[in-house]
Amino acid sequence: MSKKQKPLVADRKEKGFIGVGLAPWAGFGVTLRTFFEKPVTEQYPFRGKFPPPFPRYHGRHQLNRYPDGLEKCVGCELCAWACPADAIFVEAGANTPDAQYSAGERYGRVYQINYLRCVFCGMCIEACPTRALTMTTNYELAAPNREQMIYTKDQLLAPMEQGMLAAPHPMRQDATTADYYSGQVQGPSPEQVEWVRTNRPEDPSLSGAERGAVR
Amino acid sequence: MVTCTIDGIEIDVPKGTLIIRAAEQAGIMIPRFCDHPLLKPVAACRQCLVDVASPFGPEGKLRPFPKPQPACAIEVTPGMVVGTQMTSAAAKEAQEQVAELVLINHPLDCPVCDKGGECPLQNQAMSTGRPVSRFVDKKNTFPKPLSLTPQILLDRERCVLCQRCTRFALQIPGDPFIALQMRGANQQIGTFDADVLGVAPVAGEAADESTGDVPAVCGEPFAGYFAGNIVQICPVGALTSAAYRFRARPFDLVSTASVAEHDANCSAIRIDYRRGVVLRRQAGDDPTLNQEWISDKDRFGFRWQTAPDRLDKPLVRRDGELVEVSWPVAIAAAAEILGQAKTTAVLPGGRLTLEDAYAYGVFARRVLGTDNVDFRARVSSAEEAQFLAHHVAGSGAGVSLEELIAAPSVVLAGFEPEEEGGILYLRLREAGTKVYALAPFASRGVQRLGGKLIRCLPGQEGQWLSELAALGKAGKPELAGSVIVVGERLASSPGAFSNALKAAAALDAKLVWMPRRAGERAALEAGLLPGLRLGGRAAQDGLPMGLDLAGSVAAAAAGEIDTILFGGLEVSDLPDPHLAREAFAKAKVVALGVRRGAVESFADVILPVAPPQEKAGTFINWEGRVRPFPQVLVSTAVSDAKVLARLAEALGKPQPIGSVAAVHQALAELKPGAERAPAPAVAPPPVRPTGAGEAILSTWRMQVDCAAGLDYEPYLAASAPAPLVRMSSELARELGVKDSDPVAVSTKRGQIVLPCKVEATAAANLIHLPAKSPGSWVLETLGVTSGAVVQLAALKEVGQ
Repeated sequence: MSKKQKPLVADRKEKGFIGVGLAPWAGFGVTLRTFFEKPVTEQYPFRGKFPPPFPRYHGRHQLNRYPDGLEKCVGCELCAWACPADAIFVEAGANTPDAQYSAGERYGRVYQINYLRCVFCGMCIEACPTRALTMTTNYELAAPNREQMIYTKDQLLAPMEQGMLAAPHPMRQDATTADYYSGQVQGPSPEQVEWVRTNRPEDPSLSGAERGAVR
Repeated sequence: MVTCTIDGIEIDVPKGTLIIRAAEQAGIMIPRFCDHPLLKPVAACRQCLVDVASPFGPEGKLRPFPKPQPACAIEVTPGMVVGTQMTSAAAKEAQEQVAELVLINHPLDCPVCDKGGECPLQNQAMSTGRPVSRFVDKKNTFPKPLSLTPQILLDRERCVLCQRCTRFALQIPGDPFIALQMRGANQQIGTFDADVLGVAPVAGEAADESTGDVPAVCGEPFAGYFAGNIVQICPVGALTSAAYRFRARPFDLVSTASVAEHDANCSAIRIDYRRGVVLRRQAGDDPTLNQEWISDKDRFGFRWQTAPDRLDKPLVRRDGELVEVSWPVAIAAAAEILGQAKTTAVLPGGRLTLEDAYAYGVFARRVLGTDNVDFRARVSSAEEAQFLAHHVAGSGAGVSLEELIAAPSVVLAGFEPEEEGGILYLRLREAGTKVYALAPFASRGVQRLGGKLIRCLPGQEGQWLSELAALGKAGKPELAGSVIVVGERLASSPGAFSNALKAAAALDAKLVWMPRRAGERAALEAGLLPGLRLGGRAAQDGLPMGLDLAGSVAAAAAGEIDTILFGGLEVSDLPDPHLAREAFAKAKVVALGVRRGAVESFADVILPVAPPQEKAGTFINWEGRVRPFPQVLVSTAVSDAKVLARLAEALGKPQPIGSVAAVHQALAELKPGAERAPAPAVAPPPVRPTGAGEAILSTWRMQVDCAAGLDYEPYLAASAPAPLVRMSSELARELGVKDSDPVAVSTKRGQIVLPCKVEATAAANLIHLPAKSPGSWVLETLGVTSGAVVQLAALKEVGQ
C-alpha cells in the first residue's frame, strides 16, 4: 500500500464543555434543514413518475414478431433448457397452412414464464436462436396471487407495431425461413393481407397492414 | 480369438469382429452414422475412418493401408494395428473432413429438429467436426417433409445418406419400399416416385390419378408394420413420426423402461413422458427377445390409455342413466349387485397382468363362489381349454424365442407370422428359420419368410395334423425335431389342438401355444378357465365345473346367469357379439374398465381401473417368460386387483389380493408336480362342401386394425394396409372379378363389401377377410368365423 491508511475515526479536536453539552441536539439540525427542502418521496404508482431504469436493465421478457407480424418463436425450448431457475415452460406445435404462426414448420404453442422463479439473468435471451425472446426494461411485476405471476404467451408477445399483420397467416410467398432470419422481410405482402382479409375479415390489424404492405 | 492393437491397447476379440466393435470393447468410441450392430456393414458414411496396418509377407512386417479405412466394414485380423482419432493424426483429419462434408448440405436447424438433443450428428459434429464451418454457398434444400407413410415423415435435406433406413427395410422386415435415388449431390432417399426417377408408368397400368397410387408393378408406397424403427435408428433428424413431431425436446422427457401391452411377445420398450403425459415409446434393448426393434403397434399405440373416454370416476346406473359417484358409493353399489346375485359369471378379458388375473381368480372362486370364469374374449372352444390346461398352464418357461428361431424347422398352424406375430416375425426372418405355414394361402408374411405353404382350408388343420401324426418322423423327416406353433385361432378348428399334441409327440417336436393378447398367458397361469386353478392345477375346492365364455353368454341370454363381472374386453371380439349384447343387457353387469367403451351401454356399475402405464404389474409372454414392468406415471388410478380387493372387503370376505407382493407370495408357495389335465381328443370334422357362389371363410386379425388399443392414433391407422377380400383365382374367375373389383361376402346376418385381391396360392374355394379392419368386422357383421361357409357376389360398383 502506497498511501498511509486513514484512521477510521478522524482526528478531531477534543470538544469543549459547551460542545459536549449541545452534541445530543446537533443531529436535529439535519431534521430542521429538511423542513425547507423539496421532499424526495415518490407516490409510486399513484402519483409522480419513477426514473426509468437503465436501457439495458433486465426486465420482463418479450416475444418478438417479424415485421410482417409472424412470431419469431419456433418453440425450440432452448430458453427453457438454458434457464437456471426452470422458470420457462414451452410446448411446440406444428404450423399448418390454415394456421401459420411463425416462419417455418414449428411454433411455440404454449409459452409460459414463471416470474416467481425468474432471476432475470438473461441466459434465455442468449440461448434464443431466432432473437424471439428479448427483455424489456419493464419491472412492474407484481400480482396478488401466484397464478398471475406465470405470464403466458399472450402476455409476453410483443405488441403489434404499425403495419404488422396479426398471425396466423402464411409466410411471404417469396421468402424462405432464412430470409426471415436474416431480416429480408420488411413487412406483410399484399398476398398475406389478402389471405387475412379472406379468412379473418374483421381482424383489427388489417387496416394498418394494408397501408404498410410491402411488395 | 484374434489379437489386435487399437490405440496401443491390445485386445482379444472373436474372429470376424469389426474394428468398430473391437474398439468399443477396448473402450474407444469411433464416430459413426451408418454402422448399426443389427444391420450388415455398408461403409456408406465414411465417418469411422481409421488408420489400419496389418502384418504382411512371410516375416509379418507391419504394412499400413495407403489410406484411412472404414472401421465399420473391416474385420479384425491377427496382429492388426489400428490408430483411431485418439492416436492417429491421419484418422483424425480424415474424420474431420468427412464431418465437414456431411455438414455441407445439412441444415443447421437443430432448434426445430426433433432429434436435436439426442442426435448422433450433433454430438459427433461437436466431438470430431471443425469448430467453424468453412462452407459459404447455398445448401441443398428439398420440399419438406415428405410423407413416406402417414406416420413416417422424411426431411431429405437433413439426411446424411447413411442408408440405415433402407437397409433396415430391406434386411429386417423385408419391406424395401424406400431406396436411394438419383446420383451425386442430388442423391436422396425416397419412395417410388416417377418424377424423381424419371420413369414413366408401365403402359396399360396407368397410375390412379385420384388416389396417387402407383401400379403395383412399379412399386408400392412405403408400408410395413415395423416402419417406426427407422425413426429411432436415423442418426440425424431426417425421419420423424407424425405422432411425435414437435411434441417435445429430449431434455424434457423422462424415460422409463417398460413392457409393451399390445401382443403376446411383451417386447421391451421405453416410455418417454413429459409432465405426466406419455409422448412417445421407443424400442427397448432386449437381445433375447425384441433386440432393438418393436412393431409400430407397440411404438405408436399408447393414446388409448389417456383416451377422451377414459374413466376417472366410478359410474353407477340410476334410473337408466350412468352417473358419477364416489368410490365408496360405487363399491357399495357393486357389492350389493354381486351380493344379491344368484349365479354369476366372470369375464375378465385377455389383457390382464398376472396380478390382476390372480385377483380375478380368487375373487370369482372364494368371494363369488363361482367357477364360471373364462379369460378368452374371442373365438374359443372347450377343446382349446382342455389343451391349455393339459399342455400350457403351469408349464413355466417353455420354448424360448431363441430356441424357436434356432429350431431345424417351424410349423405355423393357425398363426400368421407377420399379422399376428409382431416382433416374432422379424426374429424368424432374421434367423432365416425354415418355416412351414399350415395356412389357406401364402400370405405376404409367409412369402417374405421364405416359408413353404402347406395349403389347408380353415377347419381342416386338425385333419392335416392327424395325418402328420400318423406319418411320424419316418414319414416326415424334414419336420422331425421341429417346433409346432399353434395359434389361438385354431380354437375355431375342431380337432386341431388334439392332433397338434399327437403330431408333436410323433415328430419329437416341441409345441408352442401362441396367444395374441399380452395377458392371456398370465390369465392362464392364474387359472382363469373353468375347472382350472393357479399354476395349471385342477380344481380341488369342491366348486362345480363352471361355464366357459360361450356357455356363460348363452346362459346369461337365457336368464340363467343374472350377474356378470366384466373386465377389460371388447364385446365386438366375442364369438357372437349380438347374442353377447343381448345377454349383457339382460344381466346385471359390474364392469372394471379403463375406458367407457362399449360397456357404458349395459353396465350397471363401472369401476375405473389403471391402464398398464399407471400401474406396476407382470405380463407373461408366449414363451412363459415373466415380464415385470414398473408404474410409469404418477396416478390415482388403481389396478383391477385393488378394486377387487375392496369389493371382496365390502362383500365381507376380504382376500389378500390387493398387492403385487401378495400375489407373488402365493405363486412362490405353489408346490410343483400337480396332476395335469388329460389331453383333449377331438376328431377333426370332414371337409365341408361348397356350392356355386359359396366359399369357405378364412379370417384373422391384421396387426394394425380397429383394435381398441390403437384408438386415437390416426396416423398409424392411416398407414395400415387396405382391407381386401382375398380369394383364389378359381373363385375370381367364377365371379368374373379381377383385382380391386368390389366383392360382397355375406351370411344370413350381414354383408361385407371390399375390393378383391386374387391370391395365386389360395385353395380353390377359399376367401379371406381381415377380421376387424375398417369395413370388415367379420364377427360383428357376418356372425361367423374361419371355417364357415359364406356367400359371394361380385358387385359392379361399391355400394350397390
